[in-house]
Amino acid sequence: MRIGVVTFPGSNCDYDCYKAVQTAMQAEAVFLWHKEHDLQGVDAVFLPGGFSYGDYLRAGAIAAHSPILREVKAFAAEGGVVAGICNGFQILCESGLLPGALVRNRGLRFLSRPVRLRVERSVPPFTSAYAEGELLRVPIAHGEGCYAADDATLDALEREGRVLFRYVDERGEPTPAANPNGSARNVAGIVNAAGNVLGMMPHPERAVDALLGSADGRGLFRSLAEHLSAAVAR
Amino acid sequence: MPRVGILDPQGKAVAGALAALGFEGVDDVHVGRVISLSVPAESEGAARASAEAMCRQLLANPVTEDYLIEVHASAESAA
Repeated sequence: MRIGVVTFPGSNCDYDCYKAVQTAMQAEAVFLWHKEHDLQGVDAVFLPGGFSYGDYLRAGAIAAHSPILREVKAFAAEGGVVAGICNGFQILCESGLLPGALVRNRGLRFLSRPVRLRVERSVPPFTSAYAEGELLRVPIAHGEGCYAADDATLDALEREGRVLFRYVDERGEPTPAANPNGSARNVAGIVNAAGNVLGMMPHPERAVDALLGSADGRGLFRSLAEHLSAAVAR
Repeated sequence: MPRVGILDPQGKAVAGALAALGFEGVDDVHVGRVISLSVPAESEGAARASAEAMCRQLLANPVTEDYLIEVHASAESAA
């Protein structure tokens, strides 16, 4: 199993992702440079966190038009598994692979702290290793993480079960106080209609070892590993 | 400009600061950006059309932003 991690100028979670793939997925990780046109035969692609192209214009706007994204779009269109974390989520929204947009946090500040998430659905390829309703503690680190979309889009996301993670309080309730950045309906992570493209603002790759404060992010990598090894076996 | 209805925390913060300075009667503040493009073009319409295409594909995010295009002749082309 071979997993690609895209590196843009300004990516800063690419190594975290690379290590998480190795340790939590037990898979081979390869870096994919943003100027490349070849995904090197990977089974899944991560778009990592950071400040691609300095967040110029809008977070993720320039990266969405980089050469590698053309390949990522083609890969996703064929059902390839793509996960965008933090800046990766912003890039996926800017590129049109996911609906909506990430705008400035409600409180205007950059937030770097652990948050509580609720797993809304337990489905492959991203969340099958979690139980539905499971609460996770995973860090966020972003200035533009407020998920925005019109009501019709939000209704469709909910109706189709495409909200996979929500910001919640310690009792698992999606209260306004538990919403760190003002995201619509406390949305922290969504998938596309086909379910093979995930975008999420929190960082599961920074929570794969108790030494890092939490190992709750491992489930995402375990889910992916299970799904991809089953796919390879077929 | 941020779309109407989209949370604009920057605008809100500026509105708060204006009120703190004693400027009354400001109903709403929105903070956007200005992008200046120098576009060699045959006509104002052609320049506008190309700026329009740029806005759609890259310069504005239609989910969260509205845009307005103004075309001015440069000193060179006016001469």
